Amino acid sequence: MKNIAAVSSIVIKELYRRKDFYVLFILTVLICLVMASVSIFNDHNIIRYLKEICLLLIWVSSLVIAITTTARQIPAERENRTLLPLLAKPLSRTQLILGKFLGCWLACGAALLCFYLFFGLLAGSREHQWPLLSYLQAAGLHWVMLGVVIALTLLGSLVFAAPSSTGTICFVIVSGILLLGRHLNKVALHLPEPRRSILYSLYYSIPHFELFDVRDLIIHNWPPIAWSVCALAAVYAAAYGAVFLIGACLLFRRRALN
Amino acid sequence: MRASRTLILVIAGLLVFCFGMAARLDMWFQQWEGNRAQSSSPLGVLLGDGRRIFARHFFVKADAYFHSGYYPTAFDNREAFATPHMAEDAGAVGGNNRGDENGFLGKPRDWIDAFSRKFYPSVHTHLDEGGAKPHSAGSGDLGDNSEVREILPWLRLSAELDPQSIQTYTVTAYWLRERMGKTAEAEQFLRDGLRENPGSYEILYELGRVYAANHRDPARARNLWQLALRNWGEAEQNKKEPDSFLLNEILSRLAVLEQDEGRYREALAYMLRWKKSSPRPEEVQKRIDEVRQKLGPEQ
Repeated sequence: MKNIAAVSSIVIKELYRRKDFYVLFILTVLICLVMASVSIFNDHNIIRYLKEICLLLIWVSSLVIAITTTARQIPAERENRTLLPLLAKPLSRTQLILGKFLGCWLACGAALLCFYLFFGLLAGSREHQWPLLSYLQAAGLHWVMLGVVIALTLLGSLVFAAPSSTGTICFVIVSGILLLGRHLNKVALHLPEPRRSILYSLYYSIPHFELFDVRDLIIHNWPPIAWSVCALAAVYAAAYGAVFLIGACLLFRRRALN
Repeated sequence: MRASRTLILVIAGLLVFCFGMAARLDMWFQQWEGNRAQSSSPLGVLLGDGRRIFARHFFVKADAYFHSGYYPTAFDNREAFATPHMAEDAGAVGGNNRGDENGFLGKPRDWIDAFSRKFYPSVHTHLDEGGAKPHSAGSGDLGDNSEVREILPWLRLSAELDPQSIQTYTVTAYWLRERMGKTAEAEQFLRDGLRENPGSYEILYELGRVYAANHRDPARARNLWQLALRNWGEAEQNKKEPDSFLLNEILSRLAVLEQDEGRYREALAYMLRWKKSSPRPEEVQKRIDEVRQKLGPEQ
């Protein structure tokens, strides 16, 4: 555990040394403030469009940070020739993968905290109400989902040659699932066999990232979700995260390092 | 030295050529219909005519906001949402909706479908009836009407993207004046719409409603509705399927206004026209009988 924590602390330091997060955060703040300054029929209490734009920017930024940070971890170690000296220490390959995962996940958690803090302040300044429980659930589910995305990207970075290709493919997969994952079963019902079974199998086998996207509930002030439901979603994400991490560990153990 | 002088001369010659070409092309460019620089809206400059595609999207998005996010996607049964509910409730268009608006999702198809419904709005609500919040004691039967303001940014954006979409102006004006009490803003928005769509009978009709209901000015309302009726005739009469919904609306408003003003002869004339195009002529007949009684034996 000590080794894993040591590796993860390096990844966290790397995130706050790089400028990705700062650029995305400042862009999000600027766009939201410009949008907030627009007067719509002289009504200064209109807020939901602003919440929608802000949450969209948070989701895009978080995915960019998670995927790009994770995709370059192992290839960068290999490129800088630091992978062998790292593994020469009492650190197993599994510990290295787990450390990288934990570091990326915690770094994304820290970034999400900043983003959601800004979102809460922005929404609260106009709505004059603080549904903290709903915001906590939204941020928590978002973070849990990023865990699966990070595990998937880590596995991808061991399969694909370059961080750019890993990043692009992971972006396509994650956005595809977020946009279409919920509807695959409806499409499958209108297809003839065997396409129906193939699509239904795909529907059951993909990680349903859209489950963790509760933006509509936050934007339209719906009551919070039951905690038992959130816990079930977290277990679902943990299962998929474990599958991708085990896959990454197995692949990395068999891979030649040079 | 000579080479550099030649180069300077070439550059000077090219600059003169560019200047001349610009002066020549500018005259044509200013008159060209596709010139985006003439557009006063930055969105018009950026997107050109393609912005109309997005205008419809944002109009539908406003309706999705009206339902607090409970809205069918392209993969769901949209029969119950064919006409946006906010437009139907505003009386801007006739309804074409069929099917169950509360159950377009149907029964859950599998456990993922059932589980996922807890993570997005899956209950039918309207913003003017309180939206996602439970009704509070002080909010009255219709809940907190001010929540309706949340649809306005998307309607405004839709109007900016497609200024020729008349429905956007009439729907926005209805919600502004009827549910938010912003009569001045509603009137101004309708006048903007009229500037973009001169003579539009839909906007004239809505403007008449502003004068009749909010300004309590029946004379101006009558003038606007009469002009709307005339323009309806010019625009719709020769069509295969004329907009009879709005014709009925204009005629009924004119008839009621004349009746309220005690001008029974004019009221009767409008009612007889209204009866011809009304889907419920028997109800109009009752009103006609009422007016005829008031007119007495001279009729």
